[in-house]
Amino acid sequence: MDIKILGSGCAKCQTLERVTHEAVDQLGLEAEYEKVTDPGEIASWGVMATPALVIDDEVVVSGRVPTVEDIKRMLTAR
Amino acid sequence: MSVSAVVDQPSTRSPVRRWLFVSAAVVVWFTLYQLNLRWWNWFVFELVGLEPDTRLGGSVHFFFYDITKIALLLTGVIFVVTVLRSFMSVERTRALLGGRREGVGNVFAAGLGVVTPFCSCSAVPAFIGFVAAGVPLGVTLSFLIASPLVNEVAIVLLFGLFGWKVTALYIVGGMVIAIVAGAVLGRLRLERWVEPFVFETRLRGKVIDPSAGLSWDDRLLMAREEVVSILRKIWPYLLVGIGLGAAIHGWLPADWFAAHATGWWGVPLAVVIGVPLYSNAAGVLPLVEALHDKGLPMGTVLAFMMSVVALSTPEMILLRRVLKPKLIATYFGVVAVSILCIGFLFNLVI
Repeated sequence: MDIKILGSGCAKCQTLERVTHEAVDQLGLEAEYEKVTDPGEIASWGVMATPALVIDDEVVVSGRVPTVEDIKRMLTAR
Repeated sequence: MSVSAVVDQPSTRSPVRRWLFVSAAVVVWFTLYQLNLRWWNWFVFELVGLEPDTRLGGSVHFFFYDITKIALLLTGVIFVVTVLRSFMSVERTRALLGGRREGVGNVFAAGLGVVTPFCSCSAVPAFIGFVAAGVPLGVTLSFLIASPLVNEVAIVLLFGLFGWKVTALYIVGGMVIAIVAGAVLGRLRLERWVEPFVFETRLRGKVIDPSAGLSWDDRLLMAREEVVSILRKIWPYLLVGIGLGAAIHGWLPADWFAAHATGWWGVPLAVVIGVPLYSNAAGVLPLVEALHDKGLPMGTVLAFMMSVVALSTPEMILLRRVLKPKLIATYFGVVAVSILCIGFLFNLVI
């Protein structure tokens, strides 16, 4: 599973990263993480409000930090 | 699938309990707001025994009364506005702006800048997203100017401290600045001063709308988190602003500004001082309140506030990624001149 955290280092981006790690660990999944901080690349994902979460090349969250349970649902829905 | 057993079902808190809780919070909020003045009168003047007419007594009372009032206003306002704004998103705004021409587009962009949930930390991806999707440069800039200038925090604090007339003038003035500055910048054909990669950015993937598919519990939770994160971010500004405000309140003679600073140069001076200062509406308003109490004219005071919130150096450094220095300088210049004009106009009107 390939996970990208999009955000230019704001406080919420760090929260999103932490919450995502937690969700992945709780489900016992294996994931490759990448932090995308370049605004050009963030924009090219069609994201205009950070932080955003990309799972397997699909934007699933943008502009807010979901709860751990939300992310677990997004991870298992795939 | 085994993992799905680990995932809790979406929260099923009963709506009755949720709304009872919200109503209780509303009652507590109004009670505290009503008791604030009486409580600090009693505490500072009766219990501690300071005299209301002395410098120290006046300052200390101002500090505690104001900090409580502003903290309450901010908490209530950010909460309510975040819930309302959770129905709106930058993606929707862009969809509404797509295909609008300059002129009407600027008006729309300024209005949407007020209601769209937007953090200046997302200014760059939003700028690229707008321009790459074909929203004209001037219209995009109208949005970026209006967003910090006329925001919910500024509006409610102005209303709480100065009443509805000043608030209405501020909103209209801020919108006019965003519309006019955006339209002027659009007319100047400054696309050549935008970094070329912006126009070459290809948007991939499907756009998701963050405002879609949220439950009431989600919206209330988001609002609570927003209150905490904003208060955490702005409390140093708030303390410094209220501290300065309290010192001015106690130590500067009443009408000091009325005697010393009514010349035409008041407005430009306010803008020159305001531009390098970086704060948000919450930090600058206690100061604005104290300055106005001492006789600084309303237009000068609002010009100061606008230049502090609308022209911030950190945002410009971010925007440098997508705008060449010439465009940033022009942007600064056009917005500063617009603020000047509004300041002069307000001083004439009020």
